[in-house]
Amino acid sequence: MMLSSFITNKRWDWGFALQVMNQTPVLEGLWKGTIIGTVGAMIIGVSLGIVIAIMRLSENPVLKWVAFAYTWFFRAIPRYVLLAILGSGVGYLYSTLDVGVPFGQQLASALGLSSNLTFLTLNVNALSNSIIAGIVGLGLSEAAYMAEIARAGILSVDKGQAEAAQALGMSSGKTMRRIVLPQAMRVIVPPTGNEAIAMVKDTSLLIAIPIIAELFYQTSAIGVRTLKIMPGFVAATLWYLIICSILMVGQYYLERHFGRGFGQKKPKDRRFARGAGMGGA
Amino acid sequence: MADATREDQASGRDTGMPLVHAVNVMKSFDGNKVLKGIDLDVRKGQVVCLLGPSGSGKTTLLRCINQLETIDGGRIWVDGDLMGYQDRAGRLHHLTGKAIAAQRREIGMVFQRFNLFPHKTTLENIMEAPIQVKGEKRAQARERAIALLERVGLEDKPSAYPAQLSGGQQQRVAIARALAMQPKLMLFDEPTSALDPELVGEVLAVMRELARDGMTMIVVTHEMSFAREVADHVVFMDDGVVVEHGDPASVINNPQHARTRSFLRRMQSEPQAVEHIPESLQDAIAAEKHHDLKEDE
Repeated sequence: MMLSSFITNKRWDWGFALQVMNQTPVLEGLWKGTIIGTVGAMIIGVSLGIVIAIMRLSENPVLKWVAFAYTWFFRAIPRYVLLAILGSGVGYLYSTLDVGVPFGQQLASALGLSSNLTFLTLNVNALSNSIIAGIVGLGLSEAAYMAEIARAGILSVDKGQAEAAQALGMSSGKTMRRIVLPQAMRVIVPPTGNEAIAMVKDTSLLIAIPIIAELFYQTSAIGVRTLKIMPGFVAATLWYLIICSILMVGQYYLERHFGRGFGQKKPKDRRFARGAGMGGA
Repeated sequence: MADATREDQASGRDTGMPLVHAVNVMKSFDGNKVLKGIDLDVRKGQVVCLLGPSGSGKTTLLRCINQLETIDGGRIWVDGDLMGYQDRAGRLHHLTGKAIAAQRREIGMVFQRFNLFPHKTTLENIMEAPIQVKGEKRAQARERAIALLERVGLEDKPSAYPAQLSGGQQQRVAIARALAMQPKLMLFDEPTSALDPELVGEVLAVMRELARDGMTMIVVTHEMSFAREVADHVVFMDDGVVVEHGDPASVINNPQHARTRSFLRRMQSEPQAVEHIPESLQDAIAAEKHHDLKEDE
């Protein structure tokens, strides 16, 4: 019944939905907003998240506390609100961001220097409506979640692994990079797949900034203008389905890569089966 | 060859500072004193077995030598280097993590639970530290890794992952991995305690061979027959102190202290894991083959 209505109910208007999917503004929104936004935010989220997880697990109380405060803040604030703040609020408070010596301007005027000790000036208002603001906002929020996922992954690795690496004379940084993280990835990847898929969908929140070059805004805008609202939604849904399917395939290969050596696949060679004959010895 | 190293070691016994020189080592965990002032000297080429009931502090002492635990009191020198600290004008300063890592390079460690890297093959496990820590060339590291695998009798398993090996095979790879750093000293922390009884012999055989080649070894073990045959010196610990020490024949066969006597009696009343330890690695492998054949029947 349901399935047959897909075909018989003219209001679905599949032909129009497919047309919407192919419109230039939709494709542009898909690429510039949804895909680039997801990739950028996930890159920031995963790398910052791992750094925060390592800080949280370190013995240094300052690092620990900063990591905890970060996770607490960014997990508690809704993404939509965060993006709205980044889009309008920050530019209102600070129209330019100066990178330089702290209190450099005051110091320079006190000492009578010609330079004001500022190395780089960012125009916040120019950035705050661009996709960069969106990527930063979603990335900062994502990092808080990724930090917890990475922390769980790192804790899942047996302590003996780090000890063995250190006993061989590896530095703690190398131990983390070469021994602990690759094994933690086995635990980190599946929930990160979830996060990436959630991120694809959360790019629709970019409208809070506001950024309109984004998939859902563009498809629904066409729906509203043509008074064919549902086909517009269908077009967005189909695109989300396609992107998320591709991501799931990618996740499968990542899991296979990091699962090596953990006995999830059969040994390639029967020689390696336990207790098999020790030929040649 | 073996005789020559014995002679070297005999002359080394009379001159120079011991390779490991520990003085009054103390360690507590949460107020619980685990080591209460341990002195230990191990000379170059010596094999020292640490014996004692569980909880006596043997493993902790071993981990302190390699700085996997920091000590609360006393000092440990390995080959003249004060472990973990720098003596600057009579005051001790903590070494940086980098300096501690450098000190550990010289010391190989074998763990009770093997701790091989499960995401790397046998060969990669052995090559990891020479490449990453010493900056050795890949080809060179590989060549030596293959030679080491041969030495522990696993030359046919270079591309196996640890999960595909038996416990005894994993422990032999772990020994090869430690040897790849060409250490001056090897620490063994109950290397056969996690093994099925029939796999103990092959690991002890590798260790015996290592001792014969003149490696300096400190071995925490419950294998009395190994201690009796291979050790130059045994140290009996109980409750965080050294109760008695000496050459294995006198300590094991003729203990002076009541605590040593009661421990040894308990050890002997338990069924020994391996009655006859094969003379060499080849024998161990033959025994394993024999075992496999029996399993097939």
